[in-house]
This record gives sequence, structure tokens and C-alpha cells, in this order.
Amino acid sequence: MTATLAIVNGRLADPSGTQLAAGIILIEGDRIAATGDVAVSEGAQTIDAQGLIVAPGLVDLGVFATDKPAFHFGGITRAALMPDQSSPLDDVGLIRQATRAGKPDFWVHPIAAATRGLKGAELAEIGMMQAAGAKAVGTGRQWIADSGVMARVLSYASGLGLTVITHAEDGGLAGKAVATSGETATRLGLPHAPACAEAMAIARDIMLARETGAAIHFRLVTTRAGFDLIRAAKAEGLKVTCGISPAYLFLNDQAVTDFRTFARLSPPLRDEDDRKACLEAVRDGTVDVITSGHDPRGPEDKRLPFADAAPGMAGAETLLALSLNLVRDGLVGMNRLMALLSANPARILGVNAGSFAPGSAADLIFIDPDTPWIVDSGKMAAQAGNTPFDRVPVQGRARRIMKGGAFL
Amino acid sequence: MPQTPAAPASSDLSGRALFPHRHLLSIADLKPWEIRFLLDEAEQWARANRGHARKHDDRLAGMTQINAFFENSTRTLLSFEIAGKRLGADVVNMAAATSSVKKGETLIDTAMTLNAMSADVIVIRHASSGAVALIADKVDCPVLNAGDGWHQHPTQALLDALTIRRRKGGFEGLVVAICGDVLHSRVARSNMLCLAALGAQVRAVAPPTLMPPQVEMLGATPFTRMDEGLEGADVVMMLRLQNERMDGAFIPSAREYHRLYGLTPERLAIAKPDALVMHPGPMNRGVEISSTVADHPDRSAITEQVEMGVAIRMACLDVLTRAARGVEGWA
Repeated sequence: MTATLAIVNGRLADPSGTQLAAGIILIEGDRIAATGDVAVSEGAQTIDAQGLIVAPGLVDLGVFATDKPAFHFGGITRAALMPDQSSPLDDVGLIRQATRAGKPDFWVHPIAAATRGLKGAELAEIGMMQAAGAKAVGTGRQWIADSGVMARVLSYASGLGLTVITHAEDGGLAGKAVATSGETATRLGLPHAPACAEAMAIARDIMLARETGAAIHFRLVTTRAGFDLIRAAKAEGLKVTCGISPAYLFLNDQAVTDFRTFARLSPPLRDEDDRKACLEAVRDGTVDVITSGHDPRGPEDKRLPFADAAPGMAGAETLLALSLNLVRDGLVGMNRLMALLSANPARILGVNAGSFAPGSAADLIFIDPDTPWIVDSGKMAAQAGNTPFDRVPVQGRARRIMKGGAFL
Repeated sequence: MPQTPAAPASSDLSGRALFPHRHLLSIADLKPWEIRFLLDEAEQWARANRGHARKHDDRLAGMTQINAFFENSTRTLLSFEIAGKRLGADVVNMAAATSSVKKGETLIDTAMTLNAMSADVIVIRHASSGAVALIADKVDCPVLNAGDGWHQHPTQALLDALTIRRRKGGFEGLVVAICGDVLHSRVARSNMLCLAALGAQVRAVAPPTLMPPQVEMLGATPFTRMDEGLEGADVVMMLRLQNERMDGAFIPSAREYHRLYGLTPERLAIAKPDALVMHPGPMNRGVEISSTVADHPDRSAITEQVEMGVAIRMACLDVLTRAARGVEGWA
């Protein structure tokens, strides 16, 4: 008989529920045993949550680095690692190595490269990588330009029950663009591409998903036209999901004014109309996942002329606090937020986490939703402080983290 | 584009209060009266450069001017070098081809190196938009932007404005057509902002593939047909079309471009009879401009532009170093 742990005095944010509820969580070993109005057996160790919100640990679908201090600061207990590593994750050995990188207090779920070297031509050994621990298949930072290859990737992955995670930008149209076409790009003289590059890629991939019956996840959708296509595909019953990062919800392309490379992202920040469409897509349920897209980049990648700088932001530490704005602004409730941050990504990856259901991994966080703090790029836990939210006041922190039944 | 007042709030501004800038990075940073101040300052140098065989003025004696050109240039580099030498500065040129930039040194490290050599003014050209501002942030002396990517080339816009003012007397109501590869042109971006600020009616004339989106907010009205853009123009400013953009990438061919957008005598006739022809150089004769037009003795101001370039750069070097030289009212 393993020791029983009882978390009491918490307000439970069950992703499958509709509102915060008082209740007890019983944990046996590294699993949740029961939740709600349950009796605490004698001899169980009791943890007092002191009125904080108790939620599943965040599952971050699509990060570029295994950066434990940043993930732990942000209440993230699992992350799906993008295949875009110094050696692309297209090989069994690399996948196995990635799955071990965070254990025991953090779990990395690698995303297998869909094609060898992420070159978009030959299928990688997806099935072997799945056996080694890969939880999804990904196209990486790029889309796959060849529609025939993409069709085969989707088709093959669906046979293995894996979701294909794709980057939604038509490469021909996006070219070497570093900004969305519009006022800011014109004023700064930056290479730019029209925002419809996203919807064009989504339109093609939805058709291929329909054709192959595969499950597809658009990692970042950032435009009104993109969300319109996804809404329609969902209504049709296709296995289509999508994600977004807080940057696209709270910043528009004007954030790159003065050539601020911390706001150089991929896809690039969009105009204000698209930003509003992103918020609406969160509100109406079109968005399934909020991800940090965590990509810590030091000065050697960011202290460069804008077009020469690497895209990406360190987002793990600010993911929860920025997402809590959506609750404060009334777009989503706390339970739905936890579905976006935890349950949905876990479901897409097919891992038994992000839920309060009995048997689910005992990965939990205690959230104080109101603690004010100020984002400071100079003092971040992450490997680098490249955040476009520097000096922004935010609210909400993960106070305690439990991974597999043990507090960190 | 945001409306700025034509004159400063107080009419008796002088010295640093009249031109409160440490660097010259973008025309967008300048108020209309600050632009006019630089043009007025350049007039004396335009006269001096024409007037005497001996052109030396030693106000920058003992100061070190570094021209750091990370992108190839002949005429702009030469112009800045002559401007600095005429003012008595010790001018040093750093060309990217022979520098440690080729060895992988970062831009910031190069900036720190230049700074450590105690330059008094640095002139920079770089192929990436925003690169000059990045360096300016890291050095202790004034920085002049000699062209950054597609972004800005402020001294080119100032010398163009000076040329226009000398030939046309002013800017109010003047119709200026800026024609060619506007999309990739820092010259066009600086000129649109500069001329619009001075009161001209600016047109951007380009094939749709070479027109920046929402060019209106730089102060220009877009035209995609050359003939319509030239109608009634007082000034026709041609832009250089880079070779790599002619071969099917943005336009089908050089000869088609010449047919549709080249400035020929026939096409120039659509503009006003006394319309001025300008080109920042180097020209592709027979592509964006035909030789007859480029060499027209009355209409072409192309060599005068080069001449005004030295005067404008002398004015900018003088004004930006006044604080360091302890000039009264500027310290």
C-alpha cells in the first residue's frame, strides 16, 4: 500500500469542470486516486493548499529548449519538445535522449521530426521514434512545401495514432520575411509577407487532413482568416486542433517598432484586427491550446539587426500569468483556461496528465492568481531573458509544484 | 501620417535647443524646422565648395571620423570622406571586405571596438535595416546613418532636398514623383518622409511588386502607372533597380522595365516642361533612365546632387560634433 496524500483547502480548477470547486484531491504514489467530496483515510498525509487554486501542472505543447528552471517557475510540469534542435529529432537515439533530459522532476515529450533532417522530403522513422517515446510528429519551424510529402506524413502518422503538429505559413509567400506586411514593416524597411501566408497553409493542410483522416494540430494560429478556416473544419468534424501563444493575444506588429528583436517571432506578430480575432477565437472555443513556444535566445542570437536576429521568445515564465489575463478579462473561466494550458495539450499528445480523473498523473500546481509581479528580462529563470513583455506588470504565480506525487 | 507643426513652438530657438539630436539615424526623427536648419547650414558649404580652390575649414581639426561601411559603396563613402577632410577631421575608412566582420565578429563587438578607439563621429552603412541604430546605442559619439538596409538614408534625402530647394526655390505645393523600386529603397523612404514634411506633394511610382504596402503613411500617394505618376510633376526622382531584382524575381526583365517604367524623353514630356530629373546613383543607363535624360544639361540635376552631397555631409558632421567641440549654445 503506497502512502496516501490528501490536498485539502484548495479551490480545484478541474479542466473538465465549469467552475472552481472546493474539494479534496487524494494522491496515491504518483497518481491521482480521487477528487472532490472524498473521505480522507486515517494515516494519510494532509497538505493544506491554504485557499490557493489547485490545478493540473501545465503541459506546454511546443517548446524549443529543455529549460527546467523556467518551466518550474511557470508551473509547467511537462513540455512537448519541438524537433528543431541542433540535431533535428529525426532519430531514435535523439528521441530517447530527449525523453530523459528532464526526469525525474520534469517530463519532456519529444515531437518526432516528420521528415529526415526536417528537410521536408523523406519520411523519418516515425514509428521507431514513437516506440522510443515520441508523442507526436512535427514539421518544425517550417511547413512542408511539397503537398505530396505532407499528405504521406499525415497518412502515415494517422496509422500510428499520432497527431501531426504543423507550422502554418506558406513558405513561398513567407520567403525571408521577418514581419507582417503593413505600416510597421513599411516604415522600418523590413522584409515582410502578407498575413494570408498563414491561411493558405492552413487551407491546404485541412484539405489533406480531410483526405487522409489524420489528426492535425496547428501549433500557432494568429490570423482571423486562419481561425475562420479552423472553425469551419471543426464544424465539419475533422480532427483539427490549434494553439496560440500569449504574444499574439496581447501584442500586435507595432511591438517591433525600434527594431525590437525580442518581438521578432515566427510567425511574425500581426496587426490589431488579427490580434482581436485571436482573442475572439479563445473566447468562442476555436483555440484548443495555449503554449509558451519557449525559445530562450541569448544576445548572440538577439542583439543583432532585426532581420538577422533569430525568431522566438522566452515564454515559459510568463505563460500562466499572461494567460490569467484572459480570465480577468472574462474571455474564459478558470477551468477552461486549464483545459487550454493542460488538459487539451495532454490529450493531443496522448499522455495521461492534465486531468483530475483517477489514474491521472499527480502533476499539480497551486496557483495564487492575484500576486502582482513585473516581468524583468534581466532577472529571468530561463536560459535567456528574451521576452517582449519586459517591464510589463502581470498577476498570478504558481506557488507550489507537484510532479508525480512529490513536491519540488 | 501624423501632422507635425511646420514651425517650432518658439521662434527664438538656437543651438542645441534648435537641433537636439545626438545622432542622425532617420528622417522620421526630425521636425520640419530641423530639416530646414540642416539645409540652411549646408548652403555655406555649397558656396564654399564652389568658390575657392582651397576648400579647407579646420573646425574639426584633431577629431577622428570613422567611416564604417559594412556594405559596398563608392560615392557615399567618398562623399563622407571628402566632407570630413574639408572640415579638417582625421578620416579613417573601415571597409567590411577587409575587416574582422568577415571573420565573424558581431556588429556589437565591432561597435565596441570603434568606440574604444575614441572616434569623435562614426558614419555607418549596413545592409540590414536597424543595424545603424543598434550601433549608435553602444557608442559614445555621434553616429550618422549612411544607409541601413531598406530603412533610411537620411543624408541622401537632405542632399536631394537641398538640390530641389536651390533649383525650385521651395517645396510648398511642389509635386515630386519618386519612381522605381520603392519597396527596397532606403532612399525612397527617407525622401518621402523628408519631402512630405517640407510641404511637397509626394508620389510613389512603382510596379505593384515593388510598391511597399501602405506607403501612404510615409507621406506619399501611390501610382502603379508611370505616365499617371508623372503627370504634372515638378521633380522626377528615379531610383536604382538592383540587378538581382530584374530577372523575373520582381519584374520580368530589364527591357520590359525600361519599356514600362524607364524615364525616356517622351515620358519626361508628361511631367511639367521644367521638371527636374534626379537620381541617387549609380545609374543603370537604359534601364530606369535613358542617357538622353540623364545627361540633359538643363533638366538633369544628377551631378548637382553629388555636389550637394558633400555640402550636406559637411553640415551634418559640423552640427553633430558641436557639443563635443564646446561650441557656444551646443555644449
